[in-house]
Amino acid sequence: MDQIFAANSTLAATIGGVLIGLSAVLLMATTGRIAGISGFVSRLLPPYTDDGFLARIAFIAGLVAAPLIYSFATGSGIGISVSSSVPLLIAAGLLVGFGAVRGGGCTSGHGVCGIARLSPRSIVATLVFMATAVATVFIARHVIGG
Amino acid sequence: MQIMISFVAGLLFSLGLLISGLINPAKVQNFLDLAGTWDPSLAFTMAAAIATTTIGYRLAFRNSRPLFADAFQLPIAKAIDVRLVGGAAVFGIGWGLIGFCPGPAVAALSTGSTSAFIFVGAMLAGMFLARTLERPSSPSAPQTKI
Repeated sequence: MDQIFAANSTLAATIGGVLIGLSAVLLMATTGRIAGISGFVSRLLPPYTDDGFLARIAFIAGLVAAPLIYSFATGSGIGISVSSSVPLLIAAGLLVGFGAVRGGGCTSGHGVCGIARLSPRSIVATLVFMATAVATVFIARHVIGG
Repeated sequence: MQIMISFVAGLLFSLGLLISGLINPAKVQNFLDLAGTWDPSLAFTMAAAIATTTIGYRLAFRNSRPLFADAFQLPIAKAIDVRLVGGAAVFGIGWGLIGFCPGPAVAALSTGSTSAFIFVGAMLAGMFLARTLERPSSPSAPQTKI
């Protein structure tokens, strides 16, 4: 992947975005559901309010399977670079999980599907979480330093 | 059929995360780091995903119902309230701290990264907490929250 796309990360970023959009459209056109990952994941936990459990499991299985298939097919690993600080990971995970459910969506449900529907709630949510995310990175990297 | 398609949609979505680089927290943090090592490429991912979804949703909504379900399940919530804005703000802080939002974090489980497992575990705990708080005040289906 890196070799193919390193030369043009803008192109890769755009193609990736189109695929994410196609996934959202496929889901809506066939199952009538918003592709909201935080909604899918959080509704794997009780209480269960509808019959979509298996479909959600299937979507999440697809999410996890694609990199495995990709690695297997190309023989190259998926390189991610992420903090290994356990307290930071726990704090961030709690905030992301809590905030996504509280705010009714995340980057996918609000940021892609909601904005595509011109939902005012999603536009506001996206502007807010982009702003606090940018502010957080600014403080972590440039104020506290790191 | 819904289950099959949800799996395929999950694969597509994950492939998009992979090709765009959104699966990689370091890249996401660079995207958010406007004052430092800013990497604008993920803006193309977001724009392409939104554009694709906007067009695709319009086509999908020409039908009166989805192909394999009874009805489109669109969010009906309209209120822009403290819960939405506060949730989104908290979500953004967590996203900025590590660079994982729910989709990429779940997809990154496939890499076997310990950090991804810790993050997802904490995220589930945060989701559970938020859903527990929600239960008494909103008996309506959470399907309507985005």
